[in-house]
Amino acid sequence: MDVTVTINGTERHAEVEPRVLLADFVRTHLGLTGTHIGCDTTSCGVCTVLLDGTPVKSCTVFAVQADGRSITTVEGLRNNGELSAVQRAFKEEHGLQCGFCTPAMMLVATSLLEANPDPSEDEIRWAISGNLCRCTGYVNIVKAVQAAAREAQTVGAEE
Amino acid sequence: MTTDTVHETTTPPEVGGVGHSVRRKEDDRFVQGAGRYVDDIVLPGMLHLALLRSPVPHARIVSIDTTAAAQVPGVVAVLTGRDLEGYNLAWMPTLSGDTQAVLATDKVRFQGQEVAAVIAESPYAAYDALDLIDVEYDALAPVLSPQQALADGAPLIRDDKEGQTDNSCYRWESGDKAATDRAFADADVVVKLDTHYPRSHPSPLETCGCVADVNPATKHVTIYMTSQAPHVHRTLFAMVAGLPEQNIRIVSPDLGGGFGNKVPIYPGYVVATAASLVIGRPVKWVETRTENLISTGFARDFHMHGELALKRDGKILGLRVDMLSDNGAFFSDAQPSKFKAGLFHIVTGSYDYPAAHVVTEGTYTNKAPGGVAYRCSFRVTEASYLIERLVQNAAYELGIDPAEIRMRNFIKPEQFPYESPTGFVYDSGDYPRALQKALDLVGYDELRAEQAAARAEGRLMGIGIASFTEVVGAGHGTEYDIVGLRMFDSAELRVHPTGKAILKLGVKSQGQGHETTFAQIVANELGIPVGDIAVEEGDTDNTPYGLGTYASRSTPVGGAATAVIARKLRAKATKIAAHMLEASEDDMEWEAGRFFVKGTPSQAVTIQDVALAAYSNLPEGMEAGLEGVHYYDPPNMTYPFGSYVVVVDVDADTGQWSVRRMVAVDDCGVRINPMIVDGQIHGGLAEGYAMSSMQFITFDEDGNCIGSNFMDYMIPTAWETPRFELAATVTPSPHHPIGAKGVGESATVGSPAAYVNAVIDAIAHLGVRNIDMPVMPARVWSAMTDARAAQG
Repeated sequence: MDVTVTINGTERHAEVEPRVLLADFVRTHLGLTGTHIGCDTTSCGVCTVLLDGTPVKSCTVFAVQADGRSITTVEGLRNNGELSAVQRAFKEEHGLQCGFCTPAMMLVATSLLEANPDPSEDEIRWAISGNLCRCTGYVNIVKAVQAAAREAQTVGAEE
Repeated sequence: MTTDTVHETTTPPEVGGVGHSVRRKEDDRFVQGAGRYVDDIVLPGMLHLALLRSPVPHARIVSIDTTAAAQVPGVVAVLTGRDLEGYNLAWMPTLSGDTQAVLATDKVRFQGQEVAAVIAESPYAAYDALDLIDVEYDALAPVLSPQQALADGAPLIRDDKEGQTDNSCYRWESGDKAATDRAFADADVVVKLDTHYPRSHPSPLETCGCVADVNPATKHVTIYMTSQAPHVHRTLFAMVAGLPEQNIRIVSPDLGGGFGNKVPIYPGYVVATAASLVIGRPVKWVETRTENLISTGFARDFHMHGELALKRDGKILGLRVDMLSDNGAFFSDAQPSKFKAGLFHIVTGSYDYPAAHVVTEGTYTNKAPGGVAYRCSFRVTEASYLIERLVQNAAYELGIDPAEIRMRNFIKPEQFPYESPTGFVYDSGDYPRALQKALDLVGYDELRAEQAAARAEGRLMGIGIASFTEVVGAGHGTEYDIVGLRMFDSAELRVHPTGKAILKLGVKSQGQGHETTFAQIVANELGIPVGDIAVEEGDTDNTPYGLGTYASRSTPVGGAATAVIARKLRAKATKIAAHMLEASEDDMEWEAGRFFVKGTPSQAVTIQDVALAAYSNLPEGMEAGLEGVHYYDPPNMTYPFGSYVVVVDVDADTGQWSVRRMVAVDDCGVRINPMIVDGQIHGGLAEGYAMSSMQFITFDEDGNCIGSNFMDYMIPTAWETPRFELAATVTPSPHHPIGAKGVGESATVGSPAAYVNAVIDAIAHLGVRNIDMPVMPARVWSAMTDARAAQG
């Protein structure tokens, strides 16, 4: 089947079997390997992408279900060629170690901050609770999201 | 010498040497999704391999019919063990000197064992074909516990091994039995504990896999592989496959976590390589999560019996331990070859007493093989857990506070180096200080008062302590080896004419931040800014031989090698600087990044000037270049330590418990990058919480693995994971060139006992002395119910 998506602002299309998972479509057919695969049961969340702005675990969505829709992956997080506030905060706060869960964590954080620019620690922990991390104990991931929120507010106040 | 100063540094921030929380150099690629993991690698003509695995734990293979599978569109080949026999690849050696089936030919010995392989144009086609392979099994009775394995009449699992007549795979002891018996004869009190450290799995979020690429003309093999020890793996591949070692290149790219899971060689790597050899095209194998959990290196699974002999005043006289391990179908523990139960005999812990005797026995069972050091230095996790649980129970027995009994028995700071009754020489420590710091931070006395008041109201809270000592950084090479290879490690440093440098290592990061930390060591020694130093690892064609990264050995061994080679280059640089300044070498003074003539600081050259001169303006007779390699064989291991205090609230009706506080005081010697050290501790504390509360693998009575996916194998999310409060003391290692000890695993080693002790402490007044991990609410509820019933 022919699937057309707008991914990170660019329209792409490919011919795929109906059973092809969105995660495989993004990684194999579109060649964007920043989206990872870590389990078979929608548990770990490392395959998370934003589908029309909402985080979905792309291992549990068929590529055909994304036809005609908009997808954001980690490769689309930069703004005007610069790292986004969330990307910068993950670096600055040591919010990653092996980097495998990081693209998904940053996408979830981006989505959270769009809906809730000033989340509490509990709200952050709840928002990322569909995404596992084995390295960080989540401590610095939470700090990174808080730092990104602070930065967005500072920028907002200056504007 | 102990200090609390963790940021002590001799270099300015722009150089970024030891003590600076330099932001990680590797993160730019990771935050942009530009990391390169094994599964991201695509080669021209690449095929995909999927493995058929046994659905039963123990059965004779009657027949394997691959006819229908071979006809699936897109399938290129189907391989069985019989095919591999033709290449002498049906069996392979393990890291513990046993053999393991690559694809089973005679019997299957655990659920999930590799039976056949399909190689196809796409992974979807390969998995389609797996379903069409018809295997006829003749079921045998499974052996599912070490006790069952050693019982009379137990089915023999390893009938493939000549001379093997039972299911015992090793028996090993340490310490002095007679002295220990005497200690127990003198005891006022003997405290006993039987506890099971359950089977666990490191389960890094990236599963294991490889892309094997055999050049059909030259037979030159390149294997991109999830490997924590690429050099050792290359050597093993040369031995297994009979290929010349110079024709094998292993590249371990970015790894999505390892935690010990990526130390062993797995059948999938061997089959993919054999398939590429046979077919002449690159072959990718990436396991699914279920395959990872049911077949690759598990950890723990120790059934431990400990006895502590004490005087009434709490003084420990001796320790007796009997341990039975469940090693699965093949003895493939990843550990130094002399030590069959790893370094478990460090079980005497942080305490000073004269006698200990440790007996260990390993068994074959119909479960997956493994026994990897999961965020742990060769079984020190189990050892630390047992002694910390025993000491806590001794406190209850004697009516002494659990903190106080530790203080009374700690090895004193002036006793280091301290030789333990099982032969370890602890390098340095200040245990009372670390515990006191943790007690002060948590407000221990107030919490004990609150606990007493709460109990009076029928409310349950507990305070758990663990004062662990770890042992990391193996060798020395005469004592410690992996399959005969001495446990040294290496660093090659090249300073280029422009003053920039490249450091190549025999170790391999799985997320620990080596590209930053090791550059900081060079920056510290040579004054070259961290940003000017590239760090390379993982490619056997391009790095010096090393034993790899596990058991927290990168900093103690690879870090030491880095410091030594940097110092050697500085010694040469000093001669060149003297030549440039037309001064005597003895008159050269050094400060971070520059040499100057004693007494005249204006007469100076920078390290960058010297680097250029090393290639352009050398003293007469000096060899050109500013490069070198060092292989470091550590004189001793390092002994990180710490004290953790956990406060829990337990629901008296349901057994549900939650962590109110987790205070962790860690001493890993000098901290190269304090930010990264804290990050390592956070991760370890979270994994310790996972093991103590929810994460384990078990089997049903038919040998089915329970915990074969992330819906059954529970990993805490950000929601369940406790908040942590960290603090440090710094007691440098006296024998490490920069005084560092290694930290990647301390928190996983130390924290499980603290969490479990906290829950036990909450209900100890009912008489509860043990709940096996994971301490799930149902187990707490049962323990309370049983204890209340026993009290009448």
